[in-house]
Amino acid sequence: MTGTLPTGVERRRFDSNERLATRGQPVYGEPTDGDWRAWDIRRSKLGAMLDRGMETGLSGDETVLYLGAAAGTTVSHVADFAGPTYAVEFAARPVRDLLTVADSRPNLFVLLKDARKPEAYAHVVEPVDVIVQDVATRGQARVANENRRFLKQNGRLLAVVKARSEDVTADPTDVFETFRSQLEGYEILDTERLDPLHDDHLAVVARPTW
Amino acid sequence: MNEDAVSDSGWFRGVDPGDGSSARHAIEHGSAESPAAWPDHAVESGFVDNRSQYYEVLHDVTTAVARTQVREREGTDVQRIIHCVRAMDDVERVANELAERVSAWAGASFDDPGTGIEYAREIADETAADSEDRRGALDARLSSLAAQVRALDDEGQALRDTIERVTPEVAPNVSMLAGPVLAARLIALAGGLETLAKKPSGTVQLLGAEDALFAHLSGRASSPKHGIIYVHEYVSGTAPEHRGTAARALAGKLTIAARIDHYSGDRRPELQAELDERIARIRERGD
Ligand SMILES: C[S@@+](CC[C@H](N)C(=O)[O-])C[C@H]1O[C@@H](n2cnc3c(N)ncnc32)[C@H](O)[C@@H]1O
Repeated sequence: MTGTLPTGVERRRFDSNERLATRGQPVYGEPTDGDWRAWDIRRSKLGAMLDRGMETGLSGDETVLYLGAAAGTTVSHVADFAGPTYAVEFAARPVRDLLTVADSRPNLFVLLKDARKPEAYAHVVEPVDVIVQDVATRGQARVANENRRFLKQNGRLLAVVKARSEDVTADPTDVFETFRSQLEGYEILDTERLDPLHDDHLAVVARPTW
Repeated sequence: MNEDAVSDSGWFRGVDPGDGSSARHAIEHGSAESPAAWPDHAVESGFVDNRSQYYEVLHDVTTAVARTQVREREGTDVQRIIHCVRAMDDVERVANELAERVSAWAGASFDDPGTGIEYAREIADETAADSEDRRGALDARLSSLAAQVRALDDEGQALRDTIERVTPEVAPNVSMLAGPVLAARLIALAGGLETLAKKPSGTVQLLGAEDALFAHLSGRASSPKHGIIYVHEYVSGTAPEHRGTAARALAGKLTIAARIDHYSGDRRPELQAELDERIARIRERGD
């Protein structure tokens, strides 16, 4: 394992299993131990990236823009160890649950906005250290490109690309290649497929070039 | 303030910290080309005293905005579902009426005609295309009419599929207990999820029985024990002497489910377990 875990994320024992954990209110029925809550890496791609020891650059306390927050499974853990966390999600239904997650997390800011239209939230979101992107929709490279404006100079993009969202019929390897070639203004630092925990998903760590 | 200034400033520019509604409006409708160190700007401009106060205000405002937006969107979703379930009823009624006509007409043309939508579907393709002779021309119209019945029947099925997929997203608990189609009907009869959530359970029990209730009130009939929830297996499948009790129990749980769906949206699987137990007891012992 190369990557270090950010401060606020630890490996702890839950029912005799060593698992990633953060401190905060439980959200999705995960096991807890005192203040600590297990981070289910089968339900969270960022969790899987950290568990595999990918070098994410996360150290804890950073400012985060999270794109595709859904009901908050992953962003709840992010808000547990990070600083101000801006969560963008454009579907109303999961935002109901996301609001419950935010109720106990004063550093989590919920924005019901479209990640393809950053102008609609650039008046709220400050420059960030990290963008976490998990939008599972067509045009994932474009979303990353459009949101690059939010990254500080030495910031990191942690993106998860879902092959089937781009093209159900294409070979995932080709979809991932296209994603890399369409990424603009970023230098890719590392990529890793998340199979078998998350089939046909590619995790990408990148930093903005200036 | 001119347009350019708005589009290049933080959401709090020109917002009075004490004025929640203008803050919410700014979050929802404002825009900027690029981000900036908004917390610092907010402190410098005197909007807040310090960064931690800024984040507190931001948390309150973003949460309030998102909550309102979710409510509004779900409200319009509910209105669409109501149209969908009414359309399904219209389509099914018209399909049945036309199928009867097809069947009667077929009786004059063929020996041994069938009945219903199934029969109309059968003969939709059978008869030849337009023909010059009189009988051929009439048969062609009959077959074309049957094809309309088939198209309506398909549309009815498509509407039903849509209701089954969409209603659980908007009313998960009512859909769990009642099934999505009955859930949609109850919502339609009440005029919305919010109005359903606000009805006492005795009213929910009788939704759809308004005519019977009116007949009762004007002394022409005995009091109805159930409305549309009769179609639920827990009512129709319960022995007649316990049906009223079963209807009351189901309506009670549906009322709770509607309130949870409207006010919090959590899924509560235990509601189903409680209802199952309750109905089992009613069927066994009558209470
Ligand atoms: C795979 S889910 C995210 C799961 C979440 N990241 C987690 O691990 O808890 C993808 C989400 O992205 C959202 N999404 C897709 N396109 C989007 C867009 N253009 N803007 C904002 N959200 C989007 C979807 O509504 C969905 O909730």
